[in-house]
Amino acid sequence: MSVSNNSCILRAENLSRAVGAKILVQDINFQVSRSEVLAIVGPSGSGKTSLLRLLNRLDEPTSGTVYIEGIDYKQIAPGELRRRLGMVTQRPYLFPGTVEGNLQFGPLQRGERLGAEGVEALLLRVGLAGYAHRDVANLSGGEAQRVSVARTLANSPVLLLLDEPTSALDEASKVGIEALLRSIVKDHGLTCILVTHDIAQASRVAERALLIQDGRIVRSGLVAEVLHA
Amino acid sequence: MLKFLFSNQLALGLAQAGVAAAAAIVVVLLARRRQVHLEGDTVVAMVRGIVQIVAVGSILLVLLRGPRWTSVFLLMGMIVAAGATSARRAKGMPDAFRVSVWAIACGAGVVIALMTWAGVIDTAITTLVPIGSMIIANAMNTNGLALNRFRSDVLAHTGEIETALALGAEANNSVSPYVQASFEASLIPAIDSLRSLGIVWIPGLMAGMLLSGARPIYAAIYQFVVLAMIFAASGLTSLISTLLMRGRIFTPAQQLLLQPGRS
Repeated sequence: MSVSNNSCILRAENLSRAVGAKILVQDINFQVSRSEVLAIVGPSGSGKTSLLRLLNRLDEPTSGTVYIEGIDYKQIAPGELRRRLGMVTQRPYLFPGTVEGNLQFGPLQRGERLGAEGVEALLLRVGLAGYAHRDVANLSGGEAQRVSVARTLANSPVLLLLDEPTSALDEASKVGIEALLRSIVKDHGLTCILVTHDIAQASRVAERALLIQDGRIVRSGLVAEVLHA
Repeated sequence: MLKFLFSNQLALGLAQAGVAAAAAIVVVLLARRRQVHLEGDTVVAMVRGIVQIVAVGSILLVLLRGPRWTSVFLLMGMIVAAGATSARRAKGMPDAFRVSVWAIACGAGVVIALMTWAGVIDTAITTLVPIGSMIIANAMNTNGLALNRFRSDVLAHTGEIETALALGAEANNSVSPYVQASFEASLIPAIDSLRSLGIVWIPGLMAGMLLSGARPIYAAIYQFVVLAMIFAASGLTSLISTLLMRGRIFTPAQQLLLQPGRS
């Protein structure tokens, strides 16, 4: 079955994952429209990150599937799928070397290379103009996370999966990264799925929210309805 | 001193084994005083070692009188045993036994076959089996080191590997730094053996050749030949095992199977 709604970027259908007897995610159904920001909230261990890993197929669903712009994601080559669904994780995991080397990583995987202007434009977008030749070992936590965001954007994704992108940062860096994500979403109309345990952050960034408990969606709708019910 | 006490060679051998084992037990007792408990493992390993080597010696006694082709079966048996032993170093890695057997068979087997064909190793069982076993044993050690290092590197870098996958990298590219590091690390003992040959140690084979009356220069050159063969076999084995294992730690959908807590 495919989805014909043109504005729908991603649709999860009956998505479940169990490891042995442990059920991580159970019968999840939702969809995300173009330029929408969806927050997935819930307590620690509720299955938020497990769900996000299923969306770009870093883990295999036990049952169910995901449609990306109407196509079953099992029909898309894993590398191409992951390029289209960019992911920013809690820790940036930068590769050793320069900032530019990190930004070139994604394009190089498909035989392309960013020009100097392209690199600088990306760095400008994340507030790190002039950082191209810096060694990533000398970056602060906030700067490293900005490079991680720019590295993901270098792949021109259609959707961003954000897995607690500010939870490992200090308060000042957290505010900066959140503002950056809001500007990227607003200025470029990028679709986002944000996993967070921070309800206030979800309220500030997202329009809709899913509340997950024990791997199941227990509430979904507009942020205010879900978070303040 | 023992030679004066024992005139029978078998009795002398057992007495020598007893003295050597006593030295090992002293070390175990010293370790015990420092709260390091090696007693169980050491006693089991020493008993296993002496039983196995005496059993192999007895089998060799029979086989050495047999036709030359029997050495092929002996070496094949050694390769399977070596695969089983080094696969234990790759706990939790998928298909470790088969990968190890294939890698050692291709690495050590190819070198033994080529060198025998070229006349570097004599086809007599008394030469082919001991030299072949040395090559296989070293390939086994290298294989164990390579898989062990690869396993620990992957487990320590799952975040980096999955980040590379999430950026669209092919599975093989995402672990290439760890394949390279494992290959390099596994060859350190073989390189050090070559480097220190004659300075730090005079290997058993050369000592044996000298004791049996070979010319020292020939014994020395042949020792280099053996170590070069060991290096070639070890390198080939390590390369094959890490490349084979690289493909097995991912699913067909390029998902990392080897994860902390799952293995």
